[in-house]
Amino acid sequence: MSVQSAGRWGLVAQFPAPLKARFARNKLAVAGLLVVILFFLFCFLGPLLYSTDQTHTDLTQVNLSPSGAHWLGTDAVGHDELGRLMYGGKVSLLVGLAAGVLATVIGTLWGSIAGYAGGWVDAVMMRVVDAGIAIPALFILLVVSAITTPGVPGLIVILGLVSWLVPSRLVRAETLTLKRRDYVLTLRAIGGSHGRAIARHILPNSVSTIVVAATFQVADAILLVAYVSYLGLGVQPPATDWGGMLSAGLTAAYSGRWWLIVPPGLAIILVVCAFNAIGDGLRDAFDVKGRG
Amino acid sequence: MNNILEMENLGVTFSTESGDVPAVRGVSLRVAPGETLALVGESGSGKSTVALAALGLLPGNARASGGVSVGGTDVVGAGEAELARLRGRTASMVFQEPATALDPLTRIGRQIAEVVRNHRDVSRQEAAAEAVELLRRVGIPDPERRASAFPFQLSGGQRQRVVIAMAIANSPGLLVADEPTTALDVTVQAEILDLLRALAVDSGTGVLLVTHNMGVVADFADRVAVMLEGEIVETGTVEDVLLRPTHEYTRRLLEAVPRLTVSEPVGVVHEESEGAPVVELRGVGVRFGRGPRAVRALDDVSLTVRAGETVGLVGESGSGKSTAARVALGLVAPESGDVSLFGADLRKARGRARRTLLAGVGVVLQDPVASLDARMSVGECVAEPLRVHRSGMGAAERRERVAEVLELVRLPRELARRGPRELSGGQRQRVSLARALVLAPRLLVADEPTSALDVSVQRTVLEVIAELQSELGFACLFVSHDLAVVQQFAGRVVVMRGGRVEEQGPTMSTLLHPETAYTRRLIAAVPIPDPVLQRERRERRVASGTEAGA
Repeated sequence: MSVQSAGRWGLVAQFPAPLKARFARNKLAVAGLLVVILFFLFCFLGPLLYSTDQTHTDLTQVNLSPSGAHWLGTDAVGHDELGRLMYGGKVSLLVGLAAGVLATVIGTLWGSIAGYAGGWVDAVMMRVVDAGIAIPALFILLVVSAITTPGVPGLIVILGLVSWLVPSRLVRAETLTLKRRDYVLTLRAIGGSHGRAIARHILPNSVSTIVVAATFQVADAILLVAYVSYLGLGVQPPATDWGGMLSAGLTAAYSGRWWLIVPPGLAIILVVCAFNAIGDGLRDAFDVKGRG
Repeated sequence: MNNILEMENLGVTFSTESGDVPAVRGVSLRVAPGETLALVGESGSGKSTVALAALGLLPGNARASGGVSVGGTDVVGAGEAELARLRGRTASMVFQEPATALDPLTRIGRQIAEVVRNHRDVSRQEAAAEAVELLRRVGIPDPERRASAFPFQLSGGQRQRVVIAMAIANSPGLLVADEPTTALDVTVQAEILDLLRALAVDSGTGVLLVTHNMGVVADFADRVAVMLEGEIVETGTVEDVLLRPTHEYTRRLLEAVPRLTVSEPVGVVHEESEGAPVVELRGVGVRFGRGPRAVRALDDVSLTVRAGETVGLVGESGSGKSTAARVALGLVAPESGDVSLFGADLRKARGRARRTLLAGVGVVLQDPVASLDARMSVGECVAEPLRVHRSGMGAAERRERVAEVLELVRLPRELARRGPRELSGGQRQRVSLARALVLAPRLLVADEPTSALDVSVQRTVLEVIAELQSELGFACLFVSHDLAVVQQFAGRVVVMRGGRVEEQGPTMSTLLHPETAYTRRLIAAVPIPDPVLQRERRERRVASGTEAGA
């Protein structure tokens, strides 16, 4: 075992036990994790067990209420609603997760560079962030979506680009304190580069902040996708996501066809709450780290 | 019995996540009015826990057993209301850090008046007048005006005086002082100790003094109790314990205390190093900030460290000693003057040339916790300089070098796989030293490398540095506030004050026959752990102080 891998293992071996235990103590967070796992299984493995046709319309099967053949009924163009919930969920979860991660990565890089460099570089970079936060993300999102009518990759990029601002502030604050630590000074004093200081010391030590921020970012991104699609600017039919399903089912709500809006609405609420609960649990689990 | 404090078989247990941890066992002690009992011991010995227990201030997860009585009131098991009446009136406390003991947003006069009014039914005006009187008693100049100052407008020593004024506001019978001078400079420490002594003698207050500093004990205490792992191992008068210790641990502890030699030693000759300069600062000035609020951190500082020699850089906080070390390392860019490292101009060196220069330097900083990245293994920490400067080195070779250097600092090579969190403070500082030495540097810069450590641990770390230095022959720039350590360790000494070099020269002659008044004052203020000698020194110091004041 090389010295390096010993350290890597050391890192892995040091944290899981207490971290897991602290996370497990937060019942809500564990429930959240369970909900998220179930939804992923439902959306990605569900179609294997409950196979439906989500590309062709079937006008002989429109607006059926829940029954043995269609557990959650069908929509106005004859798609099976339960199957559609899985199909749309794939998009929602995938876009949410990818956009959340993208936002965190951009925010982390931006924040750590700004915080580490300090001085005018920091001032300029953070004023860019301030300016970005001053413009409502939803507004930018709607304008860009209206102009480009994006697909799934496009949505991910746009969402990622509007929501990295908050994580960048968090990581910058963390970097400001970490860069004054003695081990960073020592590295600098023996001629170590700035890049090494950031990559080897500052980012690994901000990992708790970054992971917690990422979890909340995913929840926000799922919500944002739902907004955009609800307004008809997200993925275009026959593809859909939970926000799009809500939008399509809205008129049906007045004619008593609750199965078109309650399931996707509940799905959005559950997943967003679950990710927030996980974020809370992780934050609490990481916070106590300093006590040891 | 009219002892102001009596502890009978006190036990304290903390309940933690990993079960119950006993912190104090079977401690019995008493403090008579007008008497000072010093509670000494190393970190983790339970001395602060005993002090907190005396006032019923233990944290919520602690359980106390046995008997503690303050002025006849039983503290263990007393209700919060009863304790509140006791605290600040019958007994009061002075903490270590004066900066956090005061409310930053309240004028000091009001803070003192509040303590008065908490316990006695006096009018606002009377309390305010009393506060001014108290400030005068603790030696704050111009107390009428100073009463309306905020804590940030006072120096650290003055703040501690205000804390003491609050503590004595209701003439308590017992004063518990937990490391009251540890956060202060040595000259300020001397003044605070003089003040506490005068107050104790004047008003017959009993003092429970918690400290790790044997010099402070010798200066101040009548009796001493030595604590080890939660138990008192030796009690006696200050002369008996410090001069004729009976317990093995006390003897070891006293042996490890670095003593400032105040009389001419016999047969010790430090030869002047004639080697080539390793690092040289010439007329260096450093200014932090810009405009009228800029702080002049260094002003025309010149010093040289030659090959193989150790230069001690001493001074009080704010004297610029750390800044000077950082200039030598290239971490702080000087505004004026020249810095040369190994004969090359550090300010002009860029890129590869600069990295090559810095490869010859090793660094050990003060804080054993912050010095090592807790996310890396010990091996990775030590290997870091190799990764920076010997990137061609193979993993096996690097591992071998790390193991070698760990053994060099007397640590087992298996430690490489552990995390820094698993190590003690002394071990961590030795890991830092191993990291500093892994590239076989020509210069070691050590900024207060042992001041966060217990004396016995400090001694091992210093011994390791000294032995390795004679073995490997590196030069050493040793920054410290502790004159005794520097005297033992350095061949030459540079005394700094307010960003300037006050005086410099060979250690022995400079510290025994200082040329400037400041150095003389600095040396006179260092308490030495010999109660008889220290009493003489104190009397001489106080006499010269009143002379200078008159």
